Amino acid sequence: MQTNYRELMTALHGMGFGGLLLIGFSGALVELYRMCAPARSSPLVEGAGKLTRVYLVGMAVLAWVTVLSGAYIIYPWYRAHPPAGMTDFSEFSRSHLLASPTTAGWHNLGMEWKEHVAWFAPIALTMVAYVFIKYGAKLSQHRQVRNLALVFTLVAFLAAIIAGTFGAMINKNAPVEGGGVIKLMGETK
Amino acid sequence: MNTARSEDKLGEVGDSTGAEVPNGSAAAAILSAAVGCFCVSAFGWLGDAVTAAGRFFNFYNPTGALSGVTTTAIGIWLVLWAILARAWGEKSLRMGRVGAVAYVLLVAGLLLSFPPFGDLLQGK
Repeated sequence: MQTNYRELMTALHGMGFGGLLLIGFSGALVELYRMCAPARSSPLVEGAGKLTRVYLVGMAVLAWVTVLSGAYIIYPWYRAHPPAGMTDFSEFSRSHLLASPTTAGWHNLGMEWKEHVAWFAPIALTMVAYVFIKYGAKLSQHRQVRNLALVFTLVAFLAAIIAGTFGAMINKNAPVEGGGVIKLMGETK
Repeated sequence: MNTARSEDKLGEVGDSTGAEVPNGSAAAAILSAAVGCFCVSAFGWLGDAVTAAGRFFNFYNPTGALSGVTTTAIGIWLVLWAILARAWGEKSLRMGRVGAVAYVLLVAGLLLSFPPFGDLLQGK
């Protein structure tokens, strides 16, 4: 069983950082909604505020790592131009997708959308984490700030869904491959 | 005032001092984040629509125009955040207005990031 360096890095970017971020949204949205609800259903336990702040900072860091690894590690491999005369586009995902009208949309719509909208997530989550760190328990005085933080988190979630879904589909249709072979398990007969 | 504040309380977690905390820092962070998101989409659209802009945003060749689009947008977001935080940090603003502008920027940014909408604006 083996993989290659680019495949491994793409999996780390999408399923590692991006997947973890998407999972993290469920906890963040539940907590933010609970804080925004007019009558909270359950009281906060001691230290829960600190946990929320650590959680949001972690999500912001994950979002930055995801977009930066995507833009500066994976995307250059994806958009690399094949040498003139080359007809095998297996290591040139963008060219591979654009070569057929049945797959061109994955680039023209999917990648063109995801490469920009994905950046909403780290910007929005950085703001949300900052607001929670800055105000802490005093957020109780600012209902509109809490509601805006919830909306920004929802937008970040939407951006992450768009980026994650198209990323997975693009990689399914034209996997980013190449680099050194990485042997995961010994060869069997 | 006290009644309004008590209605707005989260319950047990409140300001133990009871002092009103200015919302200026939050307003600065929220508005600048909305501007940052909008800039990512607006610059992306500009880089696609205008060849010269696309070349300008090509800060790092392997990543192409995306490198300049995002770097410039992040720069504007952070500089604006610093300026607004300095100006509004100790003030209490009408969050309704700040929120309305932020919503408009977020929706416009989301729309502009959607390629069919950007193409429509370019007349493609």
